[in-house]
Amino acid sequence: MSLLEVCDLKKSFDKLHVLKGISFSLEKGEVLAILGASGSGKTTLLRCLNFLETADSGSIKVNGEELLGGKINQEILRKKRLHFGLVFQSFNLFPQYTVLKNVTLAHELLASERPDYKARKKEILSEINENALALLERVGLSDKKDAYPHQLSGGPCQRVAIARALALSPDVLCFDEPTSALDPNLTGEVLKVIRSLKTSDRTMIVVTHEMEFAHSVADKVIFMANGRIEEEGTADEVFKNPKSPLTREFFKSFRF
Amino acid sequence: MSTLASQFPIVVRSLNLGFLQSLRLFFVTLIGALPLGLLISFGSMSAWAPLAKLGLRKRAATGKKTRFTKFCAEFRPISLIVRVIVWIFRGTPLMLQLLIIFYFPGLVWGNNVWGSGEAGRFAASCIAFVINYACYFSEIYRGGIEGIPRGQYEAGQVLGMKHSQIFRRVVLLQVVKRIIPPMGNEIITLVKDTSLARIIALQEIIWAGQAFMKGSHGISGAIWPLFFTGVYYLVFTGIVTLILGAVEKKLGYFKA
Ligand SMILES: Nc1ncnc2c1ncn2[C@@H]1O[C@H](COP(=O)(O)OP(=O)(O)OP(=O)(O)O)[C@@H](O)[C@H]1O
Ligand SMILES: [Mg+2]
Repeated sequence: MSLLEVCDLKKSFDKLHVLKGISFSLEKGEVLAILGASGSGKTTLLRCLNFLETADSGSIKVNGEELLGGKINQEILRKKRLHFGLVFQSFNLFPQYTVLKNVTLAHELLASERPDYKARKKEILSEINENALALLERVGLSDKKDAYPHQLSGGPCQRVAIARALALSPDVLCFDEPTSALDPNLTGEVLKVIRSLKTSDRTMIVVTHEMEFAHSVADKVIFMANGRIEEEGTADEVFKNPKSPLTREFFKSFRF
Repeated sequence: MSTLASQFPIVVRSLNLGFLQSLRLFFVTLIGALPLGLLISFGSMSAWAPLAKLGLRKRAATGKKTRFTKFCAEFRPISLIVRVIVWIFRGTPLMLQLLIIFYFPGLVWGNNVWGSGEAGRFAASCIAFVINYACYFSEIYRGGIEGIPRGQYEAGQVLGMKHSQIFRRVVLLQVVKRIIPPMGNEIITLVKDTSLARIIALQEIIWAGQAFMKGSHGISGAIWPLFFTGVYYLVFTGIVTLILGAVEKKLGYFKA
């Protein structure tokens, strides 16, 4: 059984069909890169997975559990969302909190709902804190833990956002063009961090226009066009030997 | 004819009492209108559209977008009612509202529900001021809340936070920071607007000053006490300005 199985996912806004039936699956520990021209539906796909949008039809299964359909209320949505993490193009850090608090906040709020929270509050909070510090260490920002987001430049901000998304240990971590809002000289550090996250048990989906990065880090690559998967395969298959004319066309605009 | 020097302590004592009444009205208005305004802003932003489903069904059945389906989608009764109320209270003079609230019940029911004393005038003034200012505040809140980027809500959502947690822990402080300057303007206007209650003979400072023209405490035909009330307003608005500046400075540690 795959960790993530997406089947015939459809989504339209009014009359605009943005996703016209997307299917793919991911094994635990795999990295999927999603490529595609602007407007092809990449962001919408990630937003559907994260339940920021509700897909119209299809299926999203995590560890065999169907997430799409059924009753929808806030509590159910929250549970579903926790399977996924999302790193936004524009970071969306919480400006009034320190770097450390940005990472711990959601975790603390979630922990406060645990039945044993009152009894073990101190212990739980210190665990959360340790966890956050370890994550900041991983993204290389231990020394910035007390800074506020506006004191950091884009690269570090995005690294904080990555640590924040990791704090709740989602089954699948999604990145939506994590470096598109960054100066070229800051892209490298963020890509390096994402690359370093690739371990046997961390499953990731990366929407990106960084072709070299996608080629080297992804196990699978999907090329999207007009709301459909135009081509998919291993990184080598798609990059070295694209079958679809649309894919070839797209790569042409990126050849260096 | 008494000299200015002999008039001064008598006048000051009387103006002090008047200003105390002005301040009471000021604080009651602030304490009542700040939360009520927030409630009203929620009302005006209410997305409750009871006919939305009907419109969608109709549209699905006929496949057409008509004026009726558009109306169904956009008909938000709570928001509509609240915005009409806000329009009425912002669109008419506060002085007129004071007169109506004070005299209207008497015209309709024959007996003056407010009683004839200062307490009744004060109660009527408080109600008029609280409602009027809550309407102004609500627009400031609305601007502040709607100005928060969607990414802040979405970041909270993908981290599994509840709506209430997102509002309280993520959005609220950013809203406060944004609304302090326009709120400060309104609050300073409120200090001076308390003098409008003079129209129903509330014994606030302008009333007290004016009394020395007609004759009070053995002084008559003196206009300087009325001019002198300006000093009170200046001192108090000065204090309010300092407090607002301090709050602004306190929230200056982050950028939103
Ligand atoms: N909430 C929405 N309402 C209406 N249309 C939308 C909405 N969100 C996205 N769209 C439309 O859906 C299409 C796909 O958008 P999407 O953001 O998923 O593309 P994308 O592949 O991420 O593009 P980009 O590379 O520019 O980020 C676009 O035409 C967009 O205008
Ligand atoms: Mg996008």
